[in-house]
Amino acid sequence: MIRTGKIITAGLMAAVLALAAGDVNAKDKVKVGFIGPLTGGVAVNGIGGRNSADLAVKLRNADSKAKYEYELVVLDDECKPNVAVQVATKMAADKDIIAAATHYCSATAIATVDTYHKFGFPVIVWGAVLPDITYRNKYAEVHRVNGTMINQNDANADLISNLGYKTVAVIHDTTDYGKGHNEYFSKALAKIGKAKIVGTFGVTAEQQDFTAELTQIKALNPDVIYFGGLTPIGVRIRSQMDKLGIKAVFDATSGIVSDAYIQGLGPLAEGTLAFREGASTEKLPGGKFFMEKYNAQKYDNPPEAYGAFAYAAMDMILNTIEKVGPDRKKVIDDLGHVIDRDSIVGKITFDDHGQNTVAMITKYVIQDGKFVEWDESEYASGKRKLPGQK
Amino acid sequence: MDVGLFAQYVMNGLMLGMMYALVAVGFTLFFGVLDVIKFSHGDVVTVGAFTALAAFAGLHALGFNSPWLDLVVMLAIAMMAMAALGMLIARYLVMPLRSAPALNTLLITLMLGTVLRESVRLFYPQGGNPKPFPALLPRNSIDLGSFNLRLDNLLMLAAGGLVIVGLQFLLNRTKLGLAIRAVAQDEETARTMGINFTAIVLITFAIGSGLAAFAGVMNGLYYNEINFGIGLYLGVIGFSAAIIGGLGSIYGAILGGFLFAGLQTIGTVLLPFASAYKDVFAFAVVIAIMAWRPTGLIQEKISERV
Repeated sequence: MIRTGKIITAGLMAAVLALAAGDVNAKDKVKVGFIGPLTGGVAVNGIGGRNSADLAVKLRNADSKAKYEYELVVLDDECKPNVAVQVATKMAADKDIIAAATHYCSATAIATVDTYHKFGFPVIVWGAVLPDITYRNKYAEVHRVNGTMINQNDANADLISNLGYKTVAVIHDTTDYGKGHNEYFSKALAKIGKAKIVGTFGVTAEQQDFTAELTQIKALNPDVIYFGGLTPIGVRIRSQMDKLGIKAVFDATSGIVSDAYIQGLGPLAEGTLAFREGASTEKLPGGKFFMEKYNAQKYDNPPEAYGAFAYAAMDMILNTIEKVGPDRKKVIDDLGHVIDRDSIVGKITFDDHGQNTVAMITKYVIQDGKFVEWDESEYASGKRKLPGQK
Repeated sequence: MDVGLFAQYVMNGLMLGMMYALVAVGFTLFFGVLDVIKFSHGDVVTVGAFTALAAFAGLHALGFNSPWLDLVVMLAIAMMAMAALGMLIARYLVMPLRSAPALNTLLITLMLGTVLRESVRLFYPQGGNPKPFPALLPRNSIDLGSFNLRLDNLLMLAAGGLVIVGLQFLLNRTKLGLAIRAVAQDEETARTMGINFTAIVLITFAIGSGLAAFAGVMNGLYYNEINFGIGLYLGVIGFSAAIIGGLGSIYGAILGGFLFAGLQTIGTVLLPFASAYKDVFAFAVVIAIMAWRPTGLIQEKISERV
């Protein structure tokens, strides 16, 4: 980290010297930041995000119409809240850095919002999904381009209602993650008002036996069982549903979108619904453009799932600085009025909490042992039917 | 509540209780002969289940496809392997610590349990993910109203019952059982009567660990899914069941196992608040029972201790 800083400083000095040497037409230098997990278990996602943000800066610097020359300062939050607060403080305290695209991990993003607020440092979160990051406080400094589990559950409730299902039983794990899913799904379903929740069951994240809960659910005879939790107990619940002869649709969340779910269940996984924030990069409105430019840079790593969002976040920061100049207050002010702005991830609109409200959600159904996008599936076309599907 | 649903709850509870009882019996056997608590017992269940799964994969690779043959071979391999593991644990970890405080045995087996669990997670191919366990029993089922009566559940209950009856027979009607009971009652006297103390202890650990493997396979067949964490939970519950039943008493362990399963089912069904609290409820009742009967429901009578 320190070394990166030194190299950047050295580079800056060299640049200053070069300027002094006499390039009279040189643009002003402006620093922008990026924070993500560059080491540790989720480093591939962090590095993909870093490369994508770097790409946004490079493309801007190559643009002759740009008013400023940008320099990217990169820091590593290691996906650890304590480290994240340190690097966030370091970055926010550097008055030369105008704004930043920050955090892939929810734990680090939520830990640092107060820091950014204290320093009046505008950030756009590019990967973390916990709603609290934007919704716990109303900080003008904090924004997010990717969706939250709220958007995911809106899409979920929407699909269930549109398919004509009337009754839903909810099982969720009792961590913040599962409770969040329960809360937002229940709200979304009630808002649409077509289907109702007939029972809610909290379960522990290590539970093995769900037969008692499922027998109660069987008595309630719902059309759909909604599950807010992660793969391991998702596998158990789906498998035990079959044991008890429950025919309801198994409607899950991003928590089970992994190959382990399909491997753990085999043919029983068929017809499970799942939802995820974001989309495969190729499906995004600007996905093709992004991938072409990204590949041209020959980075060592692919952009990963949220790379396009990191690009969009950085691009939005650069657009804003071009418009209002390198001033944190003006940048915050401008980011407070983002409505239908074009980006490679689609139109972006920030609500009063700085949350992108038109975030893209991908709907999945498991078909022949694969997560298939709902709209392209044989279930959507009517060739196959979910239990009780009209 | 209609009759069908009630029957379903009873069935769920019986299946759970059978698995708990089989694990609890192991705890009580070990306590009987050596007065030790072997906390790695739950993880022996896990290793047993994974051994059976590996045996199944092996059989498949060799081209065997008969469910019954698969099941018998899997059970035999898992039970023998776990019996051997149990003997190794007894010989090299538990017996050398006999003169040390009981707490040391408890700690060392607790650590061993973590080693076993993590080994499964790290060394079994993709051991961190849930694994599908083959459904080898006939899957016929009858829908009786809201009760889904499954043949495989009945077979498992019957098999579990037979194993427990067999264990009773072994302990009460054979020479080996007499020797185990003699050691449990008084080690010194048993030795002077010519009983090979070490051999009896090892055999007891082999029996208890073989039962754990049986419980592990049953767990796999019942849920059709196993993962490296199953033993941790089963271990804690099996231990609690053995304690409420009365450590050292076989009947107590069985009673404790079914009682705990019953409490969990009641906790889910009858309590007004969400099922998230069913374990809180079950363990709270266990605490109350222990306060009421500190030595367990079936109190250990020295002469009958196994």
